[in-house]
Amino acid sequence: MSGRVLVGVKRVIDYAVKIRVKPDNSSVVTDGVKHSMNPFCEIAVEEAVKMKEKKLIKEVVAVSCGPQQAQETIRTALAMGADRGIHVEVTGKEYETLGPLQISKIMAALAKKEEAQLVILGKQAIDDDCNQTGQMTAALLDWPQGTFASEVSFEGDKIKVVREIDGGLETIKINMPAVITADLRLNTPRYATLPNIMKAKKKKIANMKPADLGVDITSRLEVLRVDEPPQRQAGVKVETVEDLVSKLSEAGLV
Amino acid sequence: MAAGRPLGRIAKLGSSICRNQRLFLNRSPQRRGVASCVDPAHGLTEEQKEFQKVAFDFAANEMAPHMAEWDQKEMFPVETMRKAAQLGFGGIYVQPDVGGSGLSRLDTSVIFEALSTGCVSTTAYISIHNMCAWMIDTFGNTEQREKFCPQLCSMEKFASYCLTEPGSGSDAASLLTTAQLRGDHYILNGSKAFISGGGDTDVYVVMCRTGGKGAKGISCLVVEKGTPGLSFGKKEKKMGWNSQPTRAVIFEDCGVPVANRLGEEGQGFNIAMKGLNGGRINIASCSLGAAHASVQLARDHLLVRKQFGETLSNNQFFLKLAKRAHRWLRLPPGREAATGWGKPPERVSLSRPNLRHRSLNGVKKKAIFFSPKKNLHLFHFFILLSKI
Repeated sequence: MSGRVLVGVKRVIDYAVKIRVKPDNSSVVTDGVKHSMNPFCEIAVEEAVKMKEKKLIKEVVAVSCGPQQAQETIRTALAMGADRGIHVEVTGKEYETLGPLQISKIMAALAKKEEAQLVILGKQAIDDDCNQTGQMTAALLDWPQGTFASEVSFEGDKIKVVREIDGGLETIKINMPAVITADLRLNTPRYATLPNIMKAKKKKIANMKPADLGVDITSRLEVLRVDEPPQRQAGVKVETVEDLVSKLSEAGLV
Repeated sequence: MAAGRPLGRIAKLGSSICRNQRLFLNRSPQRRGVASCVDPAHGLTEEQKEFQKVAFDFAANEMAPHMAEWDQKEMFPVETMRKAAQLGFGGIYVQPDVGGSGLSRLDTSVIFEALSTGCVSTTAYISIHNMCAWMIDTFGNTEQREKFCPQLCSMEKFASYCLTEPGSGSDAASLLTTAQLRGDHYILNGSKAFISGGGDTDVYVVMCRTGGKGAKGISCLVVEKGTPGLSFGKKEKKMGWNSQPTRAVIFEDCGVPVANRLGEEGQGFNIAMKGLNGGRINIASCSLGAAHASVQLARDHLLVRKQFGETLSNNQFFLKLAKRAHRWLRLPPGREAATGWGKPPERVSLSRPNLRHRSLNGVKKKAIFFSPKKNLHLFHFFILLSKI
């Protein structure tokens, strides 16, 4: 096994920012808004770096797709301990329509090119909440997948993954190479230290375009409109049960 | 107000410098709406953005949740500061060969500004600690640097800066604490007032009189806690900034080895002033950070709070007020003025009142947005406001 792990990191609007919709309802406001690495991607990077520290793998490669600013996100991953970065440059209109299908095609192509042993992604991004990229990547590569991982361990040449599912915890053993998506309780990401940030400056970030990987990133989806959730309406207080029933039947709910 | 006019000129100068720098460096001016916040990463290098990000995260996760408790219970947050030191915040502009991070003044300013959004009082103490560590790093000999700096950079030990006395504040060169040479020791007599961290810290950088009158008679000694003759006054009762204790530091025939003298006799005042040149920038950065956090809280409140059927952000009065506040509170130029775009501190002439005034004015205007109602954000905001 190559000992190389690919980690996808996405640049998203910071979780603490209050999102606002653009006046023309085409999308949310991103200009001048604080962006940072998707929290689940941070967990993914931390897991990969931990594996390297335990000497279970040899190299962590951070990948991000997007405009020039995506390099900041890769730098954060490098400061956390990734060895090198790959920036797949996508700008303008194409970046606005970039979604899980396109990203998973890119990740699959890179996983083959880099001969990765593992691809670790966050389980979903906090801007679109798709929860699709990991699964699609595994399907395109025809690799096993361990999604919603809250615990990952190596057992010989297989990986044991404890998954958080609706019914509780599911433990599976999958062959490598595989795709893993990180859930919240997998680990607590470390802070980058000032010395590590300085060291990260010397680490390399390779630049490429989707066309270089032979990937077509045209979107099959078109966003028609973005709206804020409806304002919560005030309720009505009723005195008796009969009033309640009559109000409910008026609203067509009974 | 008499201070207002030169302030106005500085504000205009600051904004015109900023405009020219933008044209020169080909950056497009950011759109400023009432509801958009000033981007704190504007104008920073990629590396500085990373430093800022770590400091912001640390402030939000490790400091802000406890800030109110530290203030109310008057706790000196030793463990949190040691965590900060693990990230490299203990000796930010100290040389790496003795455990420091070896960064520039501008990097330091960016970091303190970001840390202050978590707790101004604690960050201000961290900046004092850094200043002391730098003084020993820069003016100490090899033995002194190796003895003190590594433990200060890791915050295994904490430091305090002792210049002010009951009888000498602004006129620092007239200080009276004497240090008489007896064999291989100086015997110190006198007291220092209002020392941040005093009593809880381990290493005291003390300016004292070894020679004649005036600045040329002052030397700088490093006094360690536990030295016989070193004692402390009662903890001062303060309004705010309670996460760092303030005490008088008293010397009664306190014997300090000559080996603990930084630099030559008579060099002490020079060392003290050089330390303060950096400390001035640091404390201005702390104020900027507090202003930044206050503006964000106020802005968020405007978008949420409804009166007269709509959110405050749509209210005509607040729109006008906010535009004026934005003109005062140009955080990027404030930072530029504070750091002189990376020039060494000696060349930047700025006074603490000026910069804190600018941040204060912006914050005061934002303060009107809050009405006295029970509100957790409000409490948080006033804790911040009281610290500026």
